[in-house]
Amino acid sequence: MTPPILEARNLHVAFNGVKAADDVSIAIGDGEFLAIIGPNGSGKTTLLNICTGYIRPRSGSVLLDGHDITRLSPRAIARRGVARAFQIPQLFSAQRVIDNMMLALAATDGLWSAVQPLETASRRDEARALLDLVGLADDADRISSTLPEGHRKLLDIAVALALKPRLLLLDEPTSGVSALERFPLMEALMAALRQRRITALFVEHDMDVVARYASRVLVWNAGNIMAEGRPDEVFSNAQVRQRVVGVA
Amino acid sequence: MPTIIAAAAVLVIALLPQVAPWLQFVLTLAIAKGFAALGVAVLLRAGLISIGHAMFFAASAYAVAFLARAGVNDLGLLLILSVLGGAFVGAVAGAFLVRYRAIFFAMLNLAVSMVFYALCAKLYGVTGGTDGLPVPVPAVFGLVLGEPAFKSVLFYLSLGLMVLVGLAVRRYLNSPLGHALSAVHTNEIRLEYLGIPVWAVLLIAYVVSAALAGLGGAIAGFAIGRVVPDFAFWTASGHLVLIAVLGGIGGVPGAFIGALFLELLHSAAVTVTDSWNLIVGMTLIIVIMFMPQGVYGLFARKEATSL
Repeated sequence: MTPPILEARNLHVAFNGVKAADDVSIAIGDGEFLAIIGPNGSGKTTLLNICTGYIRPRSGSVLLDGHDITRLSPRAIARRGVARAFQIPQLFSAQRVIDNMMLALAATDGLWSAVQPLETASRRDEARALLDLVGLADDADRISSTLPEGHRKLLDIAVALALKPRLLLLDEPTSGVSALERFPLMEALMAALRQRRITALFVEHDMDVVARYASRVLVWNAGNIMAEGRPDEVFSNAQVRQRVVGVA
Repeated sequence: MPTIIAAAAVLVIALLPQVAPWLQFVLTLAIAKGFAALGVAVLLRAGLISIGHAMFFAASAYAVAFLARAGVNDLGLLLILSVLGGAFVGAVAGAFLVRYRAIFFAMLNLAVSMVFYALCAKLYGVTGGTDGLPVPVPAVFGLVLGEPAFKSVLFYLSLGLMVLVGLAVRRYLNSPLGHALSAVHTNEIRLEYLGIPVWAVLLIAYVVSAALAGLGGAIAGFAIGRVVPDFAFWTASGHLVLIAVLGGIGGVPGAFIGALFLELLHSAAVTVTDSWNLIVGMTLIIVIMFMPQGVYGLFARKEATSL
């Protein structure tokens, strides 16, 4: 594996006695597409919350490029090049789709200008290019709350990409996206990730998506890592097939 | 609002005192309250209701009176210093208040403003107590004017500032910072994950809104010729929220439209009946029920989502 961009060491997290992470350590190398799979409630999203500073572990640490970020805020971690797309899309619902994008772009290059307008020609073009990437170019001028759920999901991913991250954390990127749109979205997303040299960690329930796009798979179960390896190795593990994939 | 309608409206306002001189005072006061209501409207974009902005209105008016007493006697300088004073009070109060949301934000603003009101009313030796302080007629670019001439200058200056400051606020609200402010209302989590410090966005907005309220207070102080603690009373803060909502928060002109509408309605109603509150109240109910976008909604383009 290439040198890790993100490492979580000996994480312990519990909610009301239920362990979401029990002495878990993971690492994701630069350029990897790491998929995390596991049953609902096993602690996958909690891991993303810890890695982005939204919750703090009871013990353990998170390192980004070797620097401890365990106690940093989501804002501080975002500014270090870690972006996140959410399971439930987190959008500015009263604003236009393109405004969501341009605000994300502005966050990286000049939010503090109270004189320049948000909408500049270059920012609009960049926003439209990203919207085109996820298939939302025709929705640019719609108010984002009026988008169907699948499109809101796509916008959430596009907003995360607009931050030009080095590491992108995706929480179930294809949930809510129609079966027809799922693979075209993933193809476009993976192309963008490769082109921009973005490392990605994604939580996913669609095993076809995981098998096709992950470079490594980590199986999370009851706060522990049950298995880890290449997709073909993991999916041939009988225990994983029985407990996670649902095939005996 | 189409530029031509806005320009025509400003022209009509500018000419009205020539037709009815008594309107000059009413319109000056309306513009002053419009500035303060615009400050309230700025915060409303983030979903924050301040029931305490009369404090900044009063703070700047008192600043004018104190500075005049200290020997500062130039209209421009007094306006600038008093607005800076209002902004400073806003920065101090805002640093604490913008950490709160919803009813807590509203009530804490109210509480702080009532402390300020009580200080103004009780510190007789400093503030003149409930008698307040006089605001003398200052020089205008070195020219010493009589009161009627000064009041005319003040009116046209206020009108000019309404246009200039209005354009500046529109620019601010259309900037990334202004859009981030509106985004606070819908999704603070996403803002944080964009690396945007919500606290700083709100503090800047709070200082801007306090400065706007301060500008209004300074103009009102000059127009009335006296500043009293009632400038900071909670009903005055409620009045500003009412103006902002009545005018409509969809655009900068809304606050001024609301202030002009309410002041003119009030002036007309008191000539008809002693129960003028009834007329004002009924009109407000009608506007709120049938014009959810406020009076400004009648002029704004339907597709417009920002200013």
